[in-house]
Amino acid sequence: MALLEMNHIRKSFNDLEVIKDISLKVDEGEVLSIIGPSGSGKSTMLRCATMLETIDAGEIRYLGERTAWVEADGRKVYPKAADLRRVCSCFGLVFQNFNLFPHFSVLRNITDPMIHNQKRDRQEAEKEAMALLERMGLETKADAYPCQLSGGQAQRLAIARALALNPKILFFDEPTSALDPELTGEVLKVIRSLADLHIAMVIVTHEMNFARGISDHVIFMEKGVIEVEGTPDEVFEAEHARMQSFLGKLEH
Amino acid sequence: MSFQVMMQQLLGGLSKSMGIFALTLVFALPLGLVVAFGRMSRNRVIRSIAWIFISILRGTPLMLQLLAVYFGPYYLFNIRIGSAWRFTAIIIAFSVNYSAYFAEIYRSGIESMPPGQYEAARILGYTKSGTFFRIIFPQVVKRILPSVTNEVITLVKDTSLAFSLAYAEMFTIAKQIAAKETSFMPFIAAAVFYYVFNAVVAFIMERFEKALNYYT
Repeated sequence: MALLEMNHIRKSFNDLEVIKDISLKVDEGEVLSIIGPSGSGKSTMLRCATMLETIDAGEIRYLGERTAWVEADGRKVYPKAADLRRVCSCFGLVFQNFNLFPHFSVLRNITDPMIHNQKRDRQEAEKEAMALLERMGLETKADAYPCQLSGGQAQRLAIARALALNPKILFFDEPTSALDPELTGEVLKVIRSLADLHIAMVIVTHEMNFARGISDHVIFMEKGVIEVEGTPDEVFEAEHARMQSFLGKLEH
Repeated sequence: MSFQVMMQQLLGGLSKSMGIFALTLVFALPLGLVVAFGRMSRNRVIRSIAWIFISILRGTPLMLQLLAVYFGPYYLFNIRIGSAWRFTAIIIAFSVNYSAYFAEIYRSGIESMPPGQYEAARILGYTKSGTFFRIIFPQVVKRILPSVTNEVITLVKDTSLAFSLAYAEMFTIAKQIAAKETSFMPFIAAAVFYYVFNAVVAFIMERFEKALNYYT
């Protein structure tokens, strides 16, 4: 059974159709990368999957359970607040601009959702959070505040915060787009190191080598449709003119 | 009248001014938040009611509102109003009036919050109220504190408007003594008291701001 299934998704903003009938599926432990030019609908797809945007057509299933769909008459069916929280608890999301909580310390950014939303014991939560910080190389920053972190450290904290809630899928929305090349490297390294946790990951990225190296499956999107998909080798070697020109442009 | 007696009377008035000040804050700060929610409600009727509420309270003099609340029960329902009602009327008028100003301050602060904070909170499993009280509101407080300080300082001086209902706060007393003694001294003394009161308020608010300076 797939962890996540998105079937025949459509999404428009006003008159602009950003996603045109896209389907995708993520299995347990699978790493899926979504690449493509800006404005191709990659991030919107991720925001639909995480239910930050509502879909205009199609259905979303988590663990086989239909969680959001659009009826034939166009009525959107989304879960009520409590159900939505239950569904959301199976995934995490790492934002392009981190969205850390500035008024919480580094440690509390991780523990507050654990204690407050998952009703975990404080001491246990703090212990686990410290282990995560260590994993991210942030153990000395536990008492610092987000404004004192570099971009790379902030993004690593955001990843730790997402991991702390034990998601089955972790979504990354251009996690390195706000970072310079050096900081990008350290964040990508951390994401690579998550492979041994066997968490499924869906990564929207412009880092082609990274996507090629880490993914089980790659999707190339353009103008709201999937143009090419398959294993990294299949996609990157595909003789698809638009994609090759996209990849070629990146090399400059 | 000796200087000492005058001071004693003014200080008695000052304690009443402080009473109005403190009670107004106690009621107006939470009430303002409720009004702000109404102003930002998705329900158009609630939104309009809150808008009209704010518009009237900001658009008419506080002194007139004091008179309206005090004499309202008599003119509208022919209820006899006693002296016990006077203080209650003052607190109601001040609280309602200031809640309108606070509501707009809260609203500006809440609307200035980046949507990413709400999105992150939602993904991390915060409930709607958890998101507001744990994530959004603490950051809003930091953002609006300078505007709140302004309003609070204005309130200290506005307590003198209670003289329009002949309530024995400091300004009313100063005016009485000044008339009786044909002296300007009581006004000067009152001015000094208001100034010191405000200096203390400003100092406390500054401390609050500093306490929240631990993040940007």
